[in-house]
Amino acid sequence: MAETNGHPQANGQHYVGTRTIRPDGVDKVTGRARFGADFNLPGQLIGRVLRSPHPHARIVSIDTSKAEALPGVKAVITRDDFADQPSEFIPAGEMMMNYKDVVRNVMAREKALYEGHAVAAVAATSTAIARRALKLIDVKYEVLPHVIDVVEAMRPDAPLLHDDLFTAGVEPKPEKPSNIAKRVEIKQGDVEAGFKKADIIIEREFKTAPVHQGYIEPHAAVATVSEDGSTELWTTTQGHFIVRAHCARLLGLDIGKVRVTATEIGGGFGGKTVVYLEPLALALSRKANRPVKMVMSREEVFKASGPTSGATVRVKLGARKDGKFVAGFAELKYQAGAFQGSPVQPGTMCAYAPYDIEHVHVIGYDVVSNRPKVAAYRAPGAPISEYAVESVVDEIAKKLEIDPIDLRMQNAAREGTKAAYGPKFGPIGLEETLNAIKKTEHWNAPLRKWQGRGVASGFWFNIGGETCASLTVNEDGTVSLMAGTPDIGGLRASLAAVAADELGVPYDKVRPIIGDTGSLGFNFLTGGSRSAFSGSLAIVEAAKQIKADLCARACKLWEARPDQVEFSEGHVRPLGALAEKVKPMSVADFAKVAGKTGGPIGGVGRINAQGAGPSFGTHLVDLEVDPETGRTTILRYTVAQDAGRALHPAYVEGQFQGGAVQGIGWALNEEYIYGEDGKLQNAGFLDYRMPVASDVPMIDAILVEVGNPKHPYGVRGVGETPIVPPLGAIANAMEAATGVRFTELPMSPPKVLKALKDKGLSKA
Amino acid sequence: MRYEAPESLEGAVALLAGAKGETRVLAGGTDLLVQMRADMVDPELIVDIKKIPETRAVTEEKGGWRIGAAVTGAELKEHPRLKQVWPGVVEAANLIGSTQVQGRATLGGNLCNGSPAADSVPALIAAGAVATLAGPKGKRDLPVEDVMLGPRKLALTKGEIVVSFLLPPRPPRSSDAYLRFIPRTEMDIAVVGAGVSVTLDGAGTITAARVSLGAVAARVLLVPEAAQAIIGGRLDQAAQQRLEAAARAACRPIDDKRGTTEFRIDVAAVLTRRAALIALDRARTS
Amino acid sequence: MAKHHIEAKVNGDAVEFLCETEDTLLDVLRDTLSLTGSKEGCSSGDCGACSVMLDGRLVCSCLVLGCEVGGRSVETIEGMAKGETLHPLQQRFLEGAALQCGICTPGFLVASRALLEKTTNPTEHEVRYWLAGNLCRCTGYDKIVTAVMDTAAAMRKG
Repeated sequence: MAETNGHPQANGQHYVGTRTIRPDGVDKVTGRARFGADFNLPGQLIGRVLRSPHPHARIVSIDTSKAEALPGVKAVITRDDFADQPSEFIPAGEMMMNYKDVVRNVMAREKALYEGHAVAAVAATSTAIARRALKLIDVKYEVLPHVIDVVEAMRPDAPLLHDDLFTAGVEPKPEKPSNIAKRVEIKQGDVEAGFKKADIIIEREFKTAPVHQGYIEPHAAVATVSEDGSTELWTTTQGHFIVRAHCARLLGLDIGKVRVTATEIGGGFGGKTVVYLEPLALALSRKANRPVKMVMSREEVFKASGPTSGATVRVKLGARKDGKFVAGFAELKYQAGAFQGSPVQPGTMCAYAPYDIEHVHVIGYDVVSNRPKVAAYRAPGAPISEYAVESVVDEIAKKLEIDPIDLRMQNAAREGTKAAYGPKFGPIGLEETLNAIKKTEHWNAPLRKWQGRGVASGFWFNIGGETCASLTVNEDGTVSLMAGTPDIGGLRASLAAVAADELGVPYDKVRPIIGDTGSLGFNFLTGGSRSAFSGSLAIVEAAKQIKADLCARACKLWEARPDQVEFSEGHVRPLGALAEKVKPMSVADFAKVAGKTGGPIGGVGRINAQGAGPSFGTHLVDLEVDPETGRTTILRYTVAQDAGRALHPAYVEGQFQGGAVQGIGWALNEEYIYGEDGKLQNAGFLDYRMPVASDVPMIDAILVEVGNPKHPYGVRGVGETPIVPPLGAIANAMEAATGVRFTELPMSPPKVLKALKDKGLSKA
Repeated sequence: MRYEAPESLEGAVALLAGAKGETRVLAGGTDLLVQMRADMVDPELIVDIKKIPETRAVTEEKGGWRIGAAVTGAELKEHPRLKQVWPGVVEAANLIGSTQVQGRATLGGNLCNGSPAADSVPALIAAGAVATLAGPKGKRDLPVEDVMLGPRKLALTKGEIVVSFLLPPRPPRSSDAYLRFIPRTEMDIAVVGAGVSVTLDGAGTITAARVSLGAVAARVLLVPEAAQAIIGGRLDQAAQQRLEAAARAACRPIDDKRGTTEFRIDVAAVLTRRAALIALDRARTS
Repeated sequence: MAKHHIEAKVNGDAVEFLCETEDTLLDVLRDTLSLTGSKEGCSSGDCGACSVMLDGRLVCSCLVLGCEVGGRSVETIEGMAKGETLHPLQQRFLEGAALQCGICTPGFLVASRALLEKTTNPTEHEVRYWLAGNLCRCTGYDKIVTAVMDTAAAMRKG
């Protein structure tokens, strides 16, 4: 059930804020919608990848001759088929990556740096032949010692992944290469001085394991390269313009020659913001002169895409006895995987962001190790650092005997608070979410023994970025909407509602599609909780152009001056005396005379969206622990989050609920389990344990709406914040239920039972 | 890869006995197909036994129940009488995987996959089930606890298949229960499995019992000491403690991605006690 | 080894196809019969995205061999709507926003329909446990469960 602070329909708005049926919905409930692996081209070959069985090894030689000779094999590629790339940093979702690393991640060059690292690929006339061909490729490895844990990887004597990686961000510049790629920090005031003013200081160290985004749809791509170099690519991605850029670069093609269509996407959460199969499929297609289709198996997804960092985090928070936080320190050590670029920077920025603290110092280390290269995962970096901080906040609340919501309220960031990472917050909704939680029946419901309640807040900045979207009015007055950011969860419904309200046309007369890279200007990817925020801004801009154009056409038709006409509620209306001479004309009316009045009617919004507002959320969870087995059951869960303005309340609630359940999995059961041999032991949905329907209760979603003044509808991004509070909330609930503070995730049953036994709390 | 679907036991046995390369029997396919896709096995011959009538029937026999090796968990659940007589066996078969998996998974396949964590096996062993095998030398019976010798090691000789299971006649005031520990609520492989079957006399005293533990050793265990611990009483606190101690003592578990040695031993004790209490309660009201 | 020649019924239509022994029913549906509504999420029976009905029984099509279905009847998501009329579950999923990315949706719809054919009045607990074999990563299951229960209620009203 959702409650909303929503406004009544105002200013003639009809669809924004209502629960319309999404335009792409029927295809999705009938199985007609085409996801990445649902595409096929005539004559296509099947591509498959040979992957390193070793977590760390020098690739001495690769002999593909036997594979090439197998009947049915049409192309084989290795590192020799990709030109090396000079060092250049580029955005990868909300993180950064380096092209020199991208080309090596897509296809190993000097070394295999993780189990699953691509070493070669084949394209053949059938899957069976492709699989057989892989077995015929002879790779000679020189196996090297490996390291996976972040603290282990930071040791000076750890196996070194890159001999040309020197820690950035430290002075003096190091002379020896290291697995520590970068040191970052944010500073405000003087934490040492601040701690001296504290009546209570809590210092704790936390550890989290790598987890995967867990999208149900594996990566898939179909590529075809013509003899003149024009290419077409269908891929399941969060950013087809980014895919185009990466592929053009890696294959040495003009960007204009690469046309990428984003298929429907079966989940991404940040994990589909980079390229894996696409450059391989293109290279194979180019070599074989035939289309090539590639799909990852589930095992490949786990071993060779981009799970997020495992981390070690130390937090030290000081407060006065009245509850005011005076100083906050944290040191974050995040795994980047085989190449640099963990989300430690956003992790440092978010750690204390929900609070107004005079003295803050957060240090972060980006550390490489022999596991797959990290990709973004929903608010990258923030769940980890905020789990640690929210746990310590909870401890302080307990020690000072202050209600945990009141303590957060007392220290909450508000409008005007200067965040430790730099900017001053505009209007924000943290307090409102705390109040909303406090008012729930959930907050006061009674609990029994071995049940516990936990609360935590969370934050994510949200971004804007380059966006291009178009509106075209068709001859019959219907409107074609083309957006350029893949729709991962209801975007088309939201944008169609905005277009309908802006132009005053019925919702079902707007047909939204996601255009390919040949149809629109550059769009940054779907990520950063930006697609509804930026997309709606671009649509508003496109609509503005149309409205101005229609007014101009009216002036011609009515022989009027510009000040005699205006657009309102779907019509160009004559003003003053003119109103007695002519009648208002709707968008559909103009559509009928478009040719006569100047040509087709349309508008294109081309913007670099600014003014994204951060979204704060507070989560409340009740759970029960079985003291004899350590098993945890989530009993009740409530999310309150600031959406600014919910363009489509049901899909905003859906973001809250989905993120919360991902957080539940991360907190209780999900983790990458590596053996001593550096190989992943749970590369499947059986032993990588994501929540199933019977593991979770209903997730109550409270929509808070503190409008973002920088957006015409007040929209804030909402997609990422929901995964930030659950880790802390659940850890806090566990403490309340068991008396044990768990500083290691996941809080799986063997760990919980052992902790209870060690404290003499279990009868087992 | 050949696929054959014989319609008689003799046909199946002849195919398996005469095969030269790697062969696999196909019932529900919930293990075999996964292993094939993961390149763990590449059989030359697959023998689908589902067309053989003896493997698909559920019939009463001499007061007991004969369940075909290829009857699915879902079919067992839908059988009007079986779950009243053997609730533990039926619930165990219906804990395997998901609703979709239960639509295909069979007792025969669950046993012959050779995993000590198989859910239905502790329940079958606790029930005193006997497997009927058919092979080139004819038919023979083997108690279920003697079929799985170790991980992926069965007592079957070349050409032999499991045809059916015979559950013995149930004395009055008897029932069974199966519990397993998994970290989620569904879908996981058992970290520990405990099957308990009890028979009571008119006064409510346990006169017969069988206890079986899964996932805590290289094979599914029949634990006579655990049964002894509760026979003759009504499962009071002292008996429960003896039961737990016997369960602990029987465990020889491994440390793996699903649980530590210590955890498995602790939980084995807890689940054995809880399963026994449920079986007792069911027996009282049966 | 020559391919198997199989005749079966899919969504009420007679079909015939050739397949290798190792081809699963899912492979056949998607690659040979071009019925791509059933999805491949894991190939190990752990995600339910490939759910179909086989002779009226809910199964994962990745756990059935194509050559097993000779003479049998398969129902996929493509057969759920009747002409232009959506099944009440499909309609309710749309109205209740019970899908976000939609990749798991066909599996959930096939599985939910199987539940409602067995039980007209499932409890929330029963719905969640019946659907435990269908993974969703986007919705957190809340709106899916609500949609199934709402549909059951609506269908009871007739």
